Formats: sequence, structure tokens, C-alpha cells
Amino acid sequence: MNRKKVKATSYFDYSLLFIIIFLIGFGFVMLYSTSSYNAQIKFGSSTYYLKKQMLATALGFVAMFFVTFADYHWLRKIAPLAYIGSLVLILLVRTPLGMTFNGARRWIGIGPFSFQPAEAAKLGLIIFMAYFVERKSKSIKNVSTYLALMFFVALVAGMIYIITQNLSSAIIIMGIGIVMLFVASPKYIHFIVTGLLVGVGGALVLLLEGVVHKSFRFQRIVVWLEPEKYPKDGGYQVLQALYAIGSGGILGKGLGNGIQKLGFVPEAQNDMIFTIICEELGLVGALALVALFVFMIWRFMIIANNAPDLFGSMLVVGVLAHIAIQVVLNIAVVTNTIPNTGVTLPFISYGGTSVLFLMTEMGIALSVSRRIRYEE
Amino acid sequence: MNIKTFSRKKIVIFTAAIVIVSFILMIRLVYLMIFRSEYYADRADEVQERERYVKAARGEILDANGVVIAANKTVCTISVIHSQIEDKEHVINVLSKELEMDSEKVTKLVEKISVREKIKSNVPKETGDKIREYNLAGVKVDEDFKRYYPYGELASKVLGFTGADNQGIVGLEVEYEKYLKGKDGMILTVTDARGIELENVAEKRVESVQGGTLKTSIDVNIQKYAQQAAKKALIAKSANYVSIIVMNPQNGEIMAMANVPEYDLNSPYELNTTDEESAGLSKQDLLNRMWRNQSINDTYEPGSTFKVITATAGLETGEVTTESNFSCPGFKIVEDRRIRCHKTTGHGAETFVDATKNSCNPVFIEVGLRVGVDRFYDYLGKLGILSKTGVDLPGEASTIIHKKENVGQVELATMSFGQSFQITPLQLLRAVSSVVNGGTLITPHFGVEVLDGDGNTVKTFEYDTKPSTISNDTCEKMKYMLEQVVATGGGKNAVIEGYRIGGKTATSQKLPRNSGRYISSFIGFAPADNPQIIAICIIDEPVGIYYGGTIAAPVIKELYENILPYLNIEKTGTESD
Repeated sequence: MNRKKVKATSYFDYSLLFIIIFLIGFGFVMLYSTSSYNAQIKFGSSTYYLKKQMLATALGFVAMFFVTFADYHWLRKIAPLAYIGSLVLILLVRTPLGMTFNGARRWIGIGPFSFQPAEAAKLGLIIFMAYFVERKSKSIKNVSTYLALMFFVALVAGMIYIITQNLSSAIIIMGIGIVMLFVASPKYIHFIVTGLLVGVGGALVLLLEGVVHKSFRFQRIVVWLEPEKYPKDGGYQVLQALYAIGSGGILGKGLGNGIQKLGFVPEAQNDMIFTIICEELGLVGALALVALFVFMIWRFMIIANNAPDLFGSMLVVGVLAHIAIQVVLNIAVVTNTIPNTGVTLPFISYGGTSVLFLMTEMGIALSVSRRIRYEE
Repeated sequence: MNIKTFSRKKIVIFTAAIVIVSFILMIRLVYLMIFRSEYYADRADEVQERERYVKAARGEILDANGVVIAANKTVCTISVIHSQIEDKEHVINVLSKELEMDSEKVTKLVEKISVREKIKSNVPKETGDKIREYNLAGVKVDEDFKRYYPYGELASKVLGFTGADNQGIVGLEVEYEKYLKGKDGMILTVTDARGIELENVAEKRVESVQGGTLKTSIDVNIQKYAQQAAKKALIAKSANYVSIIVMNPQNGEIMAMANVPEYDLNSPYELNTTDEESAGLSKQDLLNRMWRNQSINDTYEPGSTFKVITATAGLETGEVTTESNFSCPGFKIVEDRRIRCHKTTGHGAETFVDATKNSCNPVFIEVGLRVGVDRFYDYLGKLGILSKTGVDLPGEASTIIHKKENVGQVELATMSFGQSFQITPLQLLRAVSSVVNGGTLITPHFGVEVLDGDGNTVKTFEYDTKPSTISNDTCEKMKYMLEQVVATGGGKNAVIEGYRIGGKTATSQKLPRNSGRYISSFIGFAPADNPQIIAICIIDEPVGIYYGGTIAAPVIKELYENILPYLNIEKTGTESD
């Protein structure tokens, strides 16, 4: 392997950096367009959401800068701490530090700042899994190791789900973990079995909830299938989202001209921001944004495949999985392709914690990219 | 630790999977935003847009000369939007002062939490403008149209009036609702989810379409004369009501229809009388009575004027000629009944022309009996007595008459001089018109045509006419006989120097027969040889002298003195005999 190493030029993924900056700038524009009217009504300031987002992004930039120019190997040292820290943060939600917004107790408050542990846990898990997979890379093909690794993933996901009642984040964390394991392991059979088990188990749970409890989660499925029939029982948000998307047409109503953001799509600046992008920028804008995310994921793939070592590669795979899962889930939800579950659109949706940790993840990916060495 | 090949491969596999899923989502977006775009955009418009209706101006009603007899005036509706009110006390003070409303009532309305609360409608424009000048936040002044009748009482029972939503309620207003009402316009404004209208979004407008202008055959001047003459008789005879219909006997165009007392169309809910009879009746009953058009809504026993019909049937069937000789002993016995003539001493020997001039009951009984039930009913049908006239006003009353199979000699005898059945005045007028116009059964009507806003004809109304109900010969004879009635018979009080007038009087006893209540009437046309105008006057329950020839004929005379010159009907001089 040493002969491949060449001292000369160090690599830096400028394409990725450009995408990040573009997405963040674009995010600000869309966040302002989406939230200004409601912010004016609710807080008397049209830039209420934008300012908070900009502050978090500025912090994120600082984090990204330091992480990018540090050697990512130091993350190995903090990996177990990151994992345990994530679990502690999740538990803190149940302490008096916990905060409730919009009826969900998912935040912890520190002074004037609020913080969503689930976002931290995603990064924590990526670091920990990269470290752990690297250490166990020899035995990972064994079922026992596979199960042990899977346990660490499921523990975080389970805690997120049980303690913060946040199914979406639990699914995302589970997804990130499984993708990382999938890449690290030479086996396919583990994942096929896991997939089958999850599938059958999920179906059983649904059946149980639907038939026995007639619960709210089953309700989501019913509403998903026919949102126009259940405008009162949760179909409202989906319908308003579809109205926004559909009314955009090919070229959209023009930036700032959306109507659905004026209270029709609830909390449009959060999970539903993509619908406003569709309404204002049309199909052209929407497809361009999806393409940009695909391009970003493509860059992660390039970096992961060319990383100098497994740890770096796995870090980037985790980031890739995180972004990919969230983008796909978000767009699938707002277009009513899958049942409704709250997933934010990375870099665009309002959410300080999310942006802060996403920027840190970008720093990791860029840091790994800096270690790529050209072959002669 | 280096990256294994299988890891690289798996990274590519996952990335490829994501690319494929992204591609599927893109297709989903294409589907939603191109193929379903119209559907969702319409749905979105539905939730975002608020409709505000813009009332269409109701079409005007014109008389035959284009004089506006039903117009619109601008009025204002004052309403408040609770959420936009800033100074509540001030708003209440201003509104209660300007609208002359109880401040407690205003307070209640202003404090009511609703999207938009109407304080008062039909506010005069000046008051609305005044309130607008205060520039009160949350107070809205909307302009609206209200029906306005420039002539007040003129032809009130014909024109009718409109309700709160400008819809026709009675009369021509309801009959021609479809043409008059126009089409409301709409303003679609975009609102946010709370219903607040957005300022910078262009509103969509669907312009209102003004209702069509209805041109009628009413002539304001003739109507005024008719109303004046009727009112004079009403007061002079302390009658219940006096009706006068003036019509063109050739085509059925009604030039005037007065039914005094009329009421003020600009305040149709205010009773026009305070007579003692009204005690015990609800206000609605009294209003309904006030709005009633006696010329077409009520039936009466026509009495002697109906002898025109009997005479026509007699002449047509050849059972009698103008020269036929009769003898009147003062009564006639039919089966077991002794039916008296109004001249109990009898008219003695007389020709049919004389009998008509004398309005001799026994002669007409004789003629009726000669014609017989079948042919008598045949002519009733031909002259339109058995069916409604089809006049373009709502609520026309049907004829009340014996079934043909139940008519015996006695019934036929009484019907021959206009008793034991009931028709509307308009029906009699139509039948007599048919007799004197050469046998054409016309449809009496008011509506002539509908014009658009620029005065172009949109629709011309056509009315049924049935030609040749009777022969020309009979027509000429009838005109001659009826002219004689006026010239030298019972209708001599209708003689106007220089005009040839034909007519027939009637004095009908109201039921029950010995109640002492009468209906006096006179039907007259001019010129007698070529009738251009026909009119009927009905005086219900006159006090004092009640003979039609004495009290109803002069009413028509007075009317004709005014309107014959007005209508440019030339003096021809009375026929010298």
C-alpha cells in the first residue's frame, strides 16, 4: 500500500464545500420566505426564525472549520465518550432540564439555548460505530459481533423512541447504524435476515396497533392512503402539503409568492419546508434541489471510497447515510409517498441543533477528504 | 486499517439505491406538479380564496315611452369586522349617532365576535359616505342597490316590489325576475389561514351583469289619469276599491291598470289604510290584502256587461238579429222561477238593439235559452271566459263557473245576464275586446321586450292570439249595438262630444243577493267603429247611487276625455241617425 502513497498535493473536496455553502445560503432564503409572515404575526419580527438559524449556523461553521482542519483520528479517542454522552443527553430530557415544544418533550434547555439530544446522538453514533467497526473489522462477519454491534445501535434508537417519543429520529439512527454495519461487513445474509425480521415485526406491530388498539400510528396509515377523507384526523397537514406542491406547477409562483406558508401548511418552516420550495420554485426548483442532494451524496461516496483508512471511510459512510435517509424520508413524507412522520430536510429546515451537528458532520467529511492522497 | 473492496462495493450499492429512490421521488414530484397540478391548485384556491359577492344592478322597468317606473338607487350596508376594530367606544358612538340606532343594540353587535357583523343595511348613501369619512378602523361601508320607484304609488299592484335581496316579491317584479335580476359578480380575494386578506395579491374579479331592462306597455300618463279617475270615484262613492284597466283591444297591451287604493311601492310594508274592518286581522293578512290586484286576483259576477257575450252568441248562432222583436213584461218565467227585469214594469215591445240599450234581462234570457247550453259554452270558450287570460302577472284567478253538464235552464238563464258565475275584470275585458276587434282572442299583457344596458332589444315577448273566434258580421253588429248603448241607451253618461264610443254598463248585486251591496261597472271602447282603446271601470260597494250607468260610465268618460286626445285618436263626430 505504501507505494500508492505520494507526498505531493493534498486533496480537498471543494465540490462538497460548495454544495454545503450553497445549501446553507439557499436554506436561509427559503427559511425567510417560508417563516417571515408567521414570525411577524407570532413574534413581531419577520426574521425571528432566520436569526436563530443564522446563529446556529455560525456556531456550526466554527465547528466545521475546526473539525475540517483537525486530524479526524482524534475522534477515535472520544468515540466511547460520544456514545455514552449521547445516551446521557437523551436521559436528560426526562430531568427538569427537559423542554417541551409543540406538545413533544424532545429538547433540553441550557440557559437561553435549547438543544435536541436526538441530533447529537446521530453524530455520536456515527463516531462510535466507525470506531467500533474498525476495531471489530476482523470478526464482524460473525453473527455474535454483528449482533453486539447491532445492540449498540438499537440501544440508542430505542432510547430515542421510548424517552423522547420520537419515532422518526429512532428510524434515522437505526438506519445510519445498519448502513454502516452493512458497508463494514462482508456478509449480505445478516442484513437480509435483519430486513426480513424488521419487516415481519413491523407488520405485526402495525396489525396489533391497528386491529387491537386502533392507535394513532395505525391512523397514520389510513390517513396516508386517503388523506382527503380524513382532513380532521391528521390528513390536514398532508393535504395542505399536497396543495402547496401541486399548485407550484412547473415554474412555481415565484420566490416569496407562496400562499400555503401563510398558516395553511402548519409550521411550514420545519418538516414541510420542501412543500413551500415546490410552491414557489416549481418542479424545476424542486428537482434541482433533489439533484443537488444526490450530488452531495455522490461526493460522500467518492470520499468514503477513497478515504485513507476504514475509520475515515466509515465516518463518511455514516454521514452519507444520515443525509441520504433524511432527504429521502422528508421528500417521501411531504409528497405523501409514505405515511407522515416528522423528518427535517437537512440544511433547509429550521432547527438549530440539527444545523449545528450537520455542520460538524460536514467538517468530518471534509477532514477525511483532506487525507485523500492522489495516486501517481 | 484499510478499506476492503467489498466495503467499497457496498458503499456504491447503497449510494445507487439512494439514487434510484431519489429518482422515484422525482417521478412522484413530476406527477404531482404536472399531472395533478391543476387539481391541487384548484383545491388550494378553494382554501385560500374568500368570495365576496358584488350585487348586480336590477334591470329597470320602463313604460311604453321609455319612462323609468322602477329604478335603482345606491344604498349602503354598514358592517364591522370585530378583529380590526381599534377604538370600540368611538365606533359605537359614531354608528349609533349616524345610524340613529340604540347604542345598546350597536354595542351588542359590535362586541359580537364574528368575522363580519352587519350593523344596518339599506342606509342612504349620504349617511354611508358620512360614516366612511370618519375612517374608522374595522368599520366597512359597502355600496349596494335598492329598488326605487320614482312614482311611488303608480301602478303599485302591477309593478310589485322587491325584497331584501332585491328579488321580486309580487307583480311584474316577480313575473320577470329572471330577466330583471342580472348576475351577481364576485371578488375572490386571497387570504391567509386566519382569513385575513392579503394586500399584495391581485384579486380575481368576475364582473356583475346588470339585469335586463323590462319595457312594458304601461303608459305613465294614462296610468296617472286612470288612477286619478279611480281615486276620485273611490272617494266620491266611499267605495271599497275602484279598478280601471285600459287596454289596446287589438293586441292586448295593457296601458294602465289602476286598483285604488294603491300603496307606496317605496314602503310596501306600511299599511295604506287604517279602516275599522282591519281589526282582528294580522298585519301580514292586511298587507296581502293591500298588495292584492283586484283586476286579476279577484273574481266577481259581471252582471249586465256580460250581455255583450250573450248577444254575440245569439248573433253568431243566428238565433237573433239586430231587428228581432221581443216583448218584456217585466219578468220571465224559466221552469218554476220568475226572473225579474230590473225595470219591474217591463220594457214592452222592443227590438234586440233596444233590448241591449235597455239592458233588458228577459230578452237576454230568451236569447240565452235559444242558443242553448252547448253553444253558449262553446262561445264562452271561444271568447276566453273558461280559461285564464294568461296575463303576465302572478296569481291570476280562475273562472268560477258551473260545470256544463250541471247547467239547467235556470242556470243558463241567469248566466245570460251575467249572474251565477264569477270571472275577473280582465277576463271580461279580453272577451269584449275579442268581440269588437274582429274576433281575435288576444292575451292581455304588460311585458313588451327586454333591453340590455345599451338599449338593444334582447328579447321581444310574443303572446298567443287566436284568430276568428267570431265572424266579422257579428263584430260589426256588436260594435253598432254597443255604440247605440252609449249614444242613446244606458251608457249615455259616457258620451264625449266628437268621439264614437261603444260600451255597456252593469250593476251587479253582490252575494248574498239582498245584502244591498253592489259592484257598478262600465266597459267602454273607442272609436266605436275601429276600437283602439278599451277600458273597464269597476266600483266595488259604492255608497249611495250604485247604477253602473250613473257612476261607472262617467269615470270612463272622464278618463277618455283625457286620454283620447293624448292617444291622438281623432274626433270623427257622432254617427248621425
